[in-house]
Formats: sequence, C-alpha cells, structure tokens
Amino acid sequence: MGVIKALDGNAAIAHGVMRSKVQLVAAYPITPQTPIVETISSLIDTKQYDATYITVESEHSALSAVIGAASTGVRTFTASASHGLALMHEVTGTCSASRLPAVMAVVSRAIPGPMCLWCDHSDIMTQRDQGWIQLFAKSPQEALDFIMIAYRTSEDERVLTPTMVDIDGFFCSHLTEPVDVPTEEEAERFITDFNPVNAVLDPELPYAINNLTSPAIFTEIKRSQDLGMRAAAGVLDERFEQFGELFGRRYGRILCENVEDADTVVVCMGSMAGTVQHVVRQLREEGKKVGILRVVAFRPFPAKEVAEALKNAKNVAVIDRVSAMGSFGPLYEEVLASMRLGRLDANAYSFVAGLGGRDIWEQTVEDVIARTEELGAENSVCDAPIWIDLKEEEVVTNG
Amino acid sequence: MAELDLLSKGMTTCQGCPMELIGRSALEVLGPKTITMTPPSCSAILTGSGDETGWGIPSVQTVLMSLPAFASGVSEALKIRGMDDVTVMGFAGDGGTFDIGLQSLSGAIERGHKAIYICYNNEAYMNTGGQRSSATTLGASTKTTPTGKKEVSKNIDFMLLHTPLAYQATASVGNIRDFKRKLAKAATKDGPCFIHVMTPCPSGWKFPADQTVQIAKLAIKSGMWLLFEREDGKITINQKPTNFELIPEYLSRQKRFNRINDEITAQIIEEAKTRYETLQQLSQLACL
Repeated sequence: MGVIKALDGNAAIAHGVMRSKVQLVAAYPITPQTPIVETISSLIDTKQYDATYITVESEHSALSAVIGAASTGVRTFTASASHGLALMHEVTGTCSASRLPAVMAVVSRAIPGPMCLWCDHSDIMTQRDQGWIQLFAKSPQEALDFIMIAYRTSEDERVLTPTMVDIDGFFCSHLTEPVDVPTEEEAERFITDFNPVNAVLDPELPYAINNLTSPAIFTEIKRSQDLGMRAAAGVLDERFEQFGELFGRRYGRILCENVEDADTVVVCMGSMAGTVQHVVRQLREEGKKVGILRVVAFRPFPAKEVAEALKNAKNVAVIDRVSAMGSFGPLYEEVLASMRLGRLDANAYSFVAGLGGRDIWEQTVEDVIARTEELGAENSVCDAPIWIDLKEEEVVTNG
Repeated sequence: MAELDLLSKGMTTCQGCPMELIGRSALEVLGPKTITMTPPSCSAILTGSGDETGWGIPSVQTVLMSLPAFASGVSEALKIRGMDDVTVMGFAGDGGTFDIGLQSLSGAIERGHKAIYICYNNEAYMNTGGQRSSATTLGASTKTTPTGKKEVSKNIDFMLLHTPLAYQATASVGNIRDFKRKLAKAATKDGPCFIHVMTPCPSGWKFPADQTVQIAKLAIKSGMWLLFEREDGKITINQKPTNFELIPEYLSRQKRFNRINDEITAQIIEEAKTRYETLQQLSQLACL
C-alpha cells in the first residue's frame, strides 16, 4: 500500500514519471496537458525529484530532445496533446524506428479544426500507425500505473518500442480522485534504474543511428519493428500480472464486464468506459443482457482477445470518440477485423460520440444500446457510422 | 593530422566539395570523443546509408527541423551519464540552420546546452538540387530563382549576436587554420557555440571544381565573407577585406550570377560595405 493522495490525471502521470525513475523530461505546455509539465518541472526545480528537465521551445523539439537523450542511453519522458502531438508527428516515427523505449503521455484533445480545447481521440489516432504502443487509461490511478507498466514494457528487449499512455483531456486530466502512489521503495520492486539494451551513442563503440535506408532493407526493418510491437502483447500481459501481484491493481489489454452471456456488448476506450460500465450495471439490474468490453491496449491491438470476448454476442456497438470522415471509426474497424478473425457473425454497429469535449452521458450510452438492439433485431447492416447526440438542425449541408 | 581518419576517405560528396573538408578538419581538432548529428542534407552523405557510415565516431541522422533539439537531448544525457569529456557536434547546412531549423537553434542556444553547432553555408538547398535558401546571395540563380534571387540574404551572424552563445565565429574553407583555431576554442567552452563556415559549392554555384578554395579566399578578400569571432561580449575581426572592388570578379567567376546587371552588382557591393562597417562599429562595443 502506497500513500493515498488526491491527484488529478495530470498529477498522477507526473508521479508515475517520478516513480519510474525517469532521468530526462522534455515537454512543452499545451492545454489540457500543461499541469504535467508544471508539476514535473517544479518537482525537479525544487529538488524533490532528481532528474533533468529541458524546457524546449516546441513539441517538435520536445520529442527531438527525448530522442537525442534516449539515443544516449537515459530514460526519457514527454507529454503532449492535440496540436502539440500533431507537431511531433514527424519525430514519433523516428523514435519508434530507432527502437527507443521512450514514454509519452497524451492528454487527448480534439485536433483542429475548428479550434477546440476539449477531449476526443482525433489527436492520438493520427499516431495509430507510427509504431508506438498505445494504452488508454480511464482514471488518474490507471494513468499512474500505466506509466510504470509502459516503461517496463517498452524497455523489454523483446519489445524496444515506445509507448503512449493516453488519458482523456479534462475528463481524466482534471478529475481529482484518491490515488494510491507507490512509495519509492515499493516502486523499486517493479521498476529499477534504466539499463539500455540497444546500442547508444558512445565514442567507445561508435554507431550511426537512423541512417538513410534503401529499399533493399527498409521492409525488413519495418517488419522487425512490427514484430517488436506484436511481442509487446505478451510482455504487457506479464507486466499487468506482475503489477497486479505487487500492487493489487489488476489490468489487462482488454477489460470485460458482463460480456460472457451478453446479447449486446458495448466496446469503448478511455474515460467513457466508466459511464458505459455504470449503464451496463444498471441495465443488468433491469434484467437486460448487456456487457462492456473496454480496450486498454489499442496498439498492439488485442484482436484474438476481442474475438474471444465477443464470441457469444449477438450485437456489438462500438463507440469511437473520433470520426474517420468518409469511413468508419478506427476502433470499429479493429473490432470488425477481430470479429472476422474469430469467424463471428454478430451484428456490429459503429457509433461516433463525444467529439470536441461533448459529454457522453448515461443517456448517450442508453441510446447507443437501444439503437443497436433495434438495428440488430432488424438484422440491419451498418453502412455508415451513427452519429449519436447529434443536433441535426445545426448540421450544414450544401446540396 | 590525426593518426586515424575519423571521417573516411572516398566519401561520395561532389567533386570539389568543401563541406567534406570542413567535416574532416573538424574531427582533426575535436578527436574521437565526439558525437555528431547531421540532418537530411549534404552532410547526411557523410553519415552514410544502410550499414555504411563515413564517421568513425557515433552519429545520428536527425530530422531537418530540429537538429539542435536532438543535440540538447544528447548533451544533457551525456551529463547524466557523467560523460563530460565528450563533445557534441551538430553539422548542418544553411537550410537546416537559417530556415527550417532556426527555431530549434534559437531554443537550444537560449537554454545553454554544451554543444558546438557548425553551419556549413553553401547558400542554397544543395542536397535537393539547388533551390534558394534565405542564405542565397542577391541575384544568384537557383532552381527556384532561375532569373536571379530578388532578396538580400539573411544575416544570421548578426541575428545571433544577441543570443547567449558561449562562443560565436565565422570561418571559411578558404582559411582552414583559422577554422581549426576557432573550433579548438569552442571545444573549451561549457555552453553553446556556433561556427558559421563558408563552403562554396562548385555544382550549385557553377564554377570549376578545382577552384573551391580560391573562390572562398576571394570571398574573404573582397568582403563578401567576413571572418570574425565573438567571445566574452566582444567581437574581434580576424581578417579585414582587402578590396571591395574585387566583388565583381568574385561574382563573375560563378555562373549562378550570370544574369545580374550592373545595378545588382552595385547593390551587392554596397551591401558588403555596409555589413563590414556595421561589424566594425559592433567590434567597438563590449556588450555583445
């Protein structure tokens, strides 16, 4: 048992970073991630935390500095959101392809435009294929725990792939809850000093990192990266298990409740999972056979686990907190591919909800479930995502 | 000469390329305990491709926009690891320095990381085939200014005079001894150093490949390139221009200036004179 502190998601991440013995942090403030920057830099400035903080002049430089430092063999961290993450895009690929085990907190906020400060997953989804492990936390406690788990996973020699730990802007980043913060001694039972596996920049053993790569070998390098990412699935399972034994908080790449005998399963990620879980429990009390499948690890995607969990479902409702315009949401597409893997023929429906900070209420979830059951009863095909909680009268169409 | 070539011979740079000579000379001064960074640029040729590299020292190919930020991370990580005797050397062209990398450079200088940044200036985006940069001289024809550049070049040296550099200098492939002396001095500093080196590009400036050093020397003599250094708040001019009237010769020896007229030539001469006069006045101050 650690020390119980009242922390919001941002502060919880800062504590997770400190407990993970991160040696160098470079980050640039952006709403709603700013308190992470302020907390970590203040802890370092006031000597409560022995690490180096680089007060960079942009997010692009933040991750660039992290790559430089990680290439030199120290444990690194950065954090961003929205515009900032977009600005980093160029170097997120450099980081993962260089097999640097950095960890980044993404405090999800809509990507512009129009200009928006509030939460959705359009920022992190632009990073979907950049070669980072992606974990979606739903609470401040999970945010702290996932940071520690992220380092142990990313640095594993089977993986050597960076991780993004995602929390929802404001819904989690600014939500204060009691958080069990491991003491330094407790944390050390899980995470110790950094010992780089890969070659680092060292004049004693010179290497050229991130060289120009020809068609003769580029594909093989990307495949190696893909295998590292795939290996992260098993390593995450080990780490979740080990973490659970040490701290009593148990996680998995997917977390299910009431799924086994459910007719209708809601699949979701991030902070909305709390609301979905609450609604599912209420409906269960009314005798309705509903369940929740929460995806924690979006990358590597737990396709087999999702297929297994959904094997008895008649209807599947997937809520994406992002619109993939002109197509289906990214989570929905993953779930469909997983269902194909399991040769499942349940009806599956794609929902878009909670964009730009719009609340996902109990009613929203109830509407999703009702609509799914209605469409499922008709055996309807999902030919386009269903935009839930939409103010139809405000939608502009020209011709 | 160092016993070991820290930059391999036979690199695939263009014939007469001064950038390679500057890289080689730099390592003769800094030695094997150096980590270098190159952006995608002509200098990336030295960093190599596939499993081959020209450097006998550790190197990273950075992205074009943020070499100084990469260097910031490396520099601070070296401190954490107690590797204080290792020098960090950024090696970028004018595009990566004057243009797309300027913000990152300004940030790294302001934060005061210990690193040496060498800008080899060939006055255009030469690695992509010779498009104008903000370092391109007025009147020069490039792939994006075929009738001649209409704007005067950005004076990055004067821009950086008000930044907290531990050491700032200009240098030239026309005076390697001066470059090496300046680099040796930079290596003793515990902060950010900037050395801006003129590297005339035979293929981009269109002069015979055996005249690189002559063109560079002529630039110094004619006042088209000023050699100076800034240390402890004071500017020292290392070599005075001999004669501004040599400028037309400097221009006429490069086919990139084939399209300029007398008016532009006069403007280039006037600008060179003003630049030198300004530098002279600045060198009287002790507050830079």
